[in-house]
Amino acid sequence: MPEQLAFALEVTANGLMAGVLYALVALGFVLIYKASGIFNYAQGVMALFAALTLAGIIDGQVPFSHLINAVFGTDVHYFGWNAPAFLAILLTMVVMIGLAYAVQRLVFRHLVGQEPIILFMATIGLAYFLEGVGDLMWGSDIKSIDVGLPQGMNTWIDDSTFNTLGYGFFIDNLDIVASIIAALLVIILVMFAQYTKQGRAMRAVADDHQAALSVGVSLNFIWILVWSLAGFVALVAGIMWGTKSGVQFSLSLIALKALPVLMLGGFTSIPGAIVGGLIIGVGEKLFEFLIGAPFLGGATENWFAYMLALIFLVFRPQGLFGEKIIERV
Amino acid sequence: MNDLADGYVTADGRQIGPVVMEMKNITLRFGGVEAIKDISFDIRQGEIRAIIGPNGAGKSSMLNVISGFYVPQDGEVWYQGSRRPPMKPYEVAQQGIARTFQNIALFEGMTVLDNVMTGRLTNMKTGMLWQSIWKGKAEREETENREVAEKIIDFLEIQAIRKTPVSRLSYGLKKRVELARALAAEPSILLLDEPMAGMNVEEKEDMSRFILDVNDEFGTTIALIEHDMGVVMDLSDRVVVMDYGKKIGDGTPHEVRNNQDVIDAYLGVAHD
Repeated sequence: MPEQLAFALEVTANGLMAGVLYALVALGFVLIYKASGIFNYAQGVMALFAALTLAGIIDGQVPFSHLINAVFGTDVHYFGWNAPAFLAILLTMVVMIGLAYAVQRLVFRHLVGQEPIILFMATIGLAYFLEGVGDLMWGSDIKSIDVGLPQGMNTWIDDSTFNTLGYGFFIDNLDIVASIIAALLVIILVMFAQYTKQGRAMRAVADDHQAALSVGVSLNFIWILVWSLAGFVALVAGIMWGTKSGVQFSLSLIALKALPVLMLGGFTSIPGAIVGGLIIGVGEKLFEFLIGAPFLGGATENWFAYMLALIFLVFRPQGLFGEKIIERV
Repeated sequence: MNDLADGYVTADGRQIGPVVMEMKNITLRFGGVEAIKDISFDIRQGEIRAIIGPNGAGKSSMLNVISGFYVPQDGEVWYQGSRRPPMKPYEVAQQGIARTFQNIALFEGMTVLDNVMTGRLTNMKTGMLWQSIWKGKAEREETENREVAEKIIDFLEIQAIRKTPVSRLSYGLKKRVELARALAAEPSILLLDEPMAGMNVEEKEDMSRFILDVNDEFGTTIALIEHDMGVVMDLSDRVVVMDYGKKIGDGTPHEVRNNQDVIDAYLGVAHD
């Protein structure tokens, strides 16, 4: 096999892995959008906030320590213990559920029935607020997360591809684990939505609010549930990105990459988020490899996704899997 | 008809029970408009109770008050012997009051079976943890609920379209699926908002038959709204007539038909 082709294959494989992470963030958007019609700009910041909280809990950091020290003149920073990863993830999830409750109770409950643009503006506000709170709570220094996920090159893939293709693929163990976890997460979410009582209620709310009320579903409860699920997805995404490149505020920018993913896959489709994420992941890596680097001077990964989304907006505005919008006259 | 406290016997010999729901001096305003003006009536166990009136009479508003979608400014709603505090629509549904909508509110993306199963949501008691683990209690409950849903699907003769997404069904069938979903909750009161609206003659006959059968077979108390006088008179045991938000008649179809105010409201009357 020619080396170029093998290299292209490796790029594709790496693109798929990157795509999984885009898909994870996009998934959080879809969950909330379907159930409440809110486009949650804060999804990326939620991932950041979850990652910060997780890192903080693992390190035994005192939340709001700067604030406490400034007000009371104390000098506390750490509790002096390290929480085990499992417990820390559980605690972080509790925090995310608390956040979901607060967001619903304090913000969106008062905005029921408002224009979508107003709900959207509220989520922008939420994004900045959450970024600030994350900063205040855990400090602004870059943290690393280590919950025991394997990292580094997968030697087995390297060896076996070297033996069969004559070219060793470099694939990060973390990416493989991330893909498996993401796949499991999607399967669990779909099963939950399909087969449980709460899942059925969730789908009911996504479909028709009035009808859902008439069969005894509390919209408030379902909205808190989807925000919690989105928080959970954000936590998973936060762990992956945080492990890969450290927890820093640029993490919230991955939310922007989820936008083209959604335009591609459709805002209302869970499979769409997955497929869209994979297409963008593979597309930007391959484009860079085949066209970007040789002909355009490189760095096309920064804008390729947006360009693709733009093309999609022109030719298929509802995305690959989204519901077609038909206005009857 | 005799007004005994514990019920009466209908013309066709059905025993009607005590009062399950009583509306006392309900007044509903939208801004300066009074949609319902000081209306009182009751609904008895096992009867088919109709609310009729010309367009804009406030019938739908009344149904929305009963089902909790609107909260009246004045008046009391008594349900099963106690005064009902202001409630959210989903809480009313959980108390055993199911409804359909005039413009059909089904879950278009789901299949017929799924839609009917959502009607069982209020009857499912297991918590989220059990549901997520999906073993033991949750699994048993799902099977039981599925049986009830299938029974109702059979009863309303929609077996053939069980797995069809609702969005593909005709208007008449959608109305029937909506009835099935409301019925799946095994409600103590079933509210039907214009069940015959927009149907052709054949569909109307089917729907009338189903309403009578449901009442007969399950003993379900039914309150329905309709502006087609003919249909209502054949179906119902007692009728409330509304016009411009006021109650202008209440009684058996026969009494109502001979009520001068009702005749005026429907046929119009010369004002001098």
